[in-house]
Amino acid sequence: MAFKQSKVAALLNEPGCEHNHQKGVGKNKACKQQAQPGAAQGGCAFDGASIALVPITDAAHLVHGPIACAGNSWGSRGSLSSGPMTYKMGFTTDLSENDIIFGGEKKLYKAIKEVCDRYQPAAVFVYLTCVTALIGDDLDAVCQAATQKFGTPIIPVNSPGFAGTKNMGNRMAGEALLDHVVGTVEPEYTTPYDINLIGEYNIAGELWGVLPLFEKLGIRVLAKITGDARYQDVCSAHRAKLNVMICSKALINMGRKMEEKYGIPYIEESFYGIADMNRCLRNIAAKLGDRELQERVENLISEETAKLNQALIPYRSRLQGKRMVLYTGGVKSWSVISAAQDLGMEVVATSTKKSTEEDKARIKELLGKDGIMLQKGNAQELLRVIAKTKADLLVAGGRNQYTALKARIPFLDINQERHHPYAGYVGLVEMAREIDEALHSPIWAQVRKPAPWTVNSYHVAASIG
Amino acid sequence: MTTVTSRKKSVAVNPLKQSQPLGAALAFLGLKGTVPLFHGSQGCTAFAKVLLVRHFREAIPLATTAMTEVSTILGGEDNVEQAILTLVEKAKPEIIALFTTGLTETRGDDMKGILRTFRESHPELDSLPIVFVSTPDYKGAMQDGFAAAVREIVATDFGSRDESLVEMLPQVTILAGSLLSPGDVAEIKQIVQDFGLKPLILPDISGSLDGHLEDEYQTTTAGGTSLEQLRNLNQSTFTLAIGESMRSPAETLQQQFGTNYEVFPQLAGLEAVDKFLWRLSQIVNSRHDPHFIKPPTVPNKYEIQRRQLQDAILDTHFYFGRKRISLALEPDLLYQTAWLLHNMGAEIQAAVTTTKSPILSDLPVDSVTIGDLEDLEDLAAGSDLIIANSQAKSLAKKLHIPLYRLGYPIYDRLGNGYRFLISYRGTIQFLFDIGNIFIEQEESQNNH
Repeated sequence: MAFKQSKVAALLNEPGCEHNHQKGVGKNKACKQQAQPGAAQGGCAFDGASIALVPITDAAHLVHGPIACAGNSWGSRGSLSSGPMTYKMGFTTDLSENDIIFGGEKKLYKAIKEVCDRYQPAAVFVYLTCVTALIGDDLDAVCQAATQKFGTPIIPVNSPGFAGTKNMGNRMAGEALLDHVVGTVEPEYTTPYDINLIGEYNIAGELWGVLPLFEKLGIRVLAKITGDARYQDVCSAHRAKLNVMICSKALINMGRKMEEKYGIPYIEESFYGIADMNRCLRNIAAKLGDRELQERVENLISEETAKLNQALIPYRSRLQGKRMVLYTGGVKSWSVISAAQDLGMEVVATSTKKSTEEDKARIKELLGKDGIMLQKGNAQELLRVIAKTKADLLVAGGRNQYTALKARIPFLDINQERHHPYAGYVGLVEMAREIDEALHSPIWAQVRKPAPWTVNSYHVAASIG
Repeated sequence: MTTVTSRKKSVAVNPLKQSQPLGAALAFLGLKGTVPLFHGSQGCTAFAKVLLVRHFREAIPLATTAMTEVSTILGGEDNVEQAILTLVEKAKPEIIALFTTGLTETRGDDMKGILRTFRESHPELDSLPIVFVSTPDYKGAMQDGFAAAVREIVATDFGSRDESLVEMLPQVTILAGSLLSPGDVAEIKQIVQDFGLKPLILPDISGSLDGHLEDEYQTTTAGGTSLEQLRNLNQSTFTLAIGESMRSPAETLQQQFGTNYEVFPQLAGLEAVDKFLWRLSQIVNSRHDPHFIKPPTVPNKYEIQRRQLQDAILDTHFYFGRKRISLALEPDLLYQTAWLLHNMGAEIQAAVTTTKSPILSDLPVDSVTIGDLEDLEDLAAGSDLIIANSQAKSLAKKLHIPLYRLGYPIYDRLGNGYRFLISYRGTIQFLFDIGNIFIEQEESQNNH
């Protein structure tokens, strides 16, 4: 196989990842977990690589494989762009049986040419998939030749689906950026306040709730990796003073390797909830090491929290004491708890399936003694917990939307298919509004109401009488 | 005679087609108590699932054998076995539907051998039907995968029927092709019942994807063609195959049980529906009156609906005349839609489709392109209307042409499980939908 198996092994053992630090001590081996046939529900490595790279808006994303990989998925990502729309297009070599017998390299080369000729993208990311890995197409060689020939950066992404889960694909995307993109262009200028945001994909435009804060503080976001990104910006990311990893262990390899290679320190933060947002800004200021900046941060925090508290008043009383079951992964498994508590809500259960030991420690602290930590999760288990805890609301990814709705339970989408931005101070108001709407909708009584003729005869008789 | 062309290019831009396994999954979702199982890597299932969930706004039970790098090298036998056993334990399906993907076809897993070994080592599961179909991603499109699945279903022996059951009504088999929505299938079911016949619909996605609330959580499909019905396939007096792609399963049924069949390549538009009802009435009559002496009887409600359709045709024809319409749809749906529009006086400007089909040579347009939405964009400029899936939204916007959504996926409109556009009533709905778009367009042009 053309893609490098040694690299897969190295990515599985990513030393920056908490899951590995606890190897032998903690029991969580999430990074090494193999998908279970018949039970697995998540995406593949190619899915993960696309999630991490497609938000680069001025690049073309060309999937080298048969129609399934691109045909069933293109255009469906929820990350938004403030400009170019090339990333929303679907490009694929759409391999036929003949291509598989005779090899797909020539077709790929021509495909890259056709994409460059007609659409002039800033770069082309080419994704190796299961079938093209299996037939041994030399992706790196084709991309290298094409880069030289067409004068456009052609980036190979070695992401065959069978290499692992979505998480693994995220890391493979990170590797592609490290190997071929980051450090290839010098920024026009630098400032002492240049940071990169890594692992934030601008789902539902979340970045736009946070970027104005940085702007106010005089912090420049040099590269967004990759929400609403432009290719050139990612190229010059190596000149940042600090990497801020957002809600994601997935691209942790980028943080660690950029520290090794360029001496850029990294911190792991979250944009959800008052406490986390405050901490994020404070940590950035502390790391950039500037007293004035720290002062500006404190001022901004008191200003924003005062404004936020005002904006939340109408919701707090309506949400007070409402019970939430949270089912999501990684950093969100605790950061959303703190956001919920900001709103006066109680998280009665949360998932720890994809959480590291560090995540779990935080969850324990936030949940209190009665909180349930869900180790495994399928729809039935989730419904059992909701019933047991008498929860008012399920907050989870789109995949569980119908688990909740079919059980006539209010639902809030927190993952990548969501349509509302919840990040930053403004995001919390949005979240409050959405939860309020979900909980207090007049529909719940109707969808739970049995037909009058199924009510027992005594009641029927009484109502007639 | 329509020429079928495909443009010489190496890249598909904004693909129109989806893969065969997705089509197979959709067909198997029309069997009751089933979990469709993709033999491939996780993503094959996840992408298909996301697409179907967004289209139908329903929970969709799909499973994966979760092939990894190691199992891809060593072979998928263990994964198939483990996946089936896990499903049996957790989902308790009545039927397991297993199909391949590009990955496992390229690898060359010997599926017949794998299933034989599975049967030998798990005699306790002898009563569990496993329908297997080969659906490589690198061949054909969704419609082909759907048809291949139906072909395998009718060729599978689901065991003998309960002979003690006495059928009260004559039964007909309806092979419901991939051009039909759950709402369409429900409408067909109603029509057949109204004629006093018992419909055995295969696959019946109206039972599983019509969007209804169940009392309990479902681990498998909540409705659809039941195992008992599948055992009764040989009892049908006739097969009505809807969509040209259903011809081959209809032939299989004829070979196996001697059941005569008729293919209805479309079920929208006055003539097409007339033909269908005429056939139903003949089936009813032939039971009592083999020489057709009595005039066929059609339930009165269809007499009324037919007159309503004729009236709707009159009301709407002003807006359809000389309109140029561009279509990007799978072959069967393209055929039905193109002829309906043509018969309303509209002109088909461009037709783009996903895969080969004999029916493509008989479209009311000079040429049809097997291609993608980039092809549609190049061909559709200057049209009055585009009919395609939601993915055509941005090109329609760019060309300033209204888009009527049809096909898969439709993720930005509600009611895809409910809507029906066949039969007299469905045709009326379709004509009103499109007519209203033209009225709106006219008004906005006058305002300028």
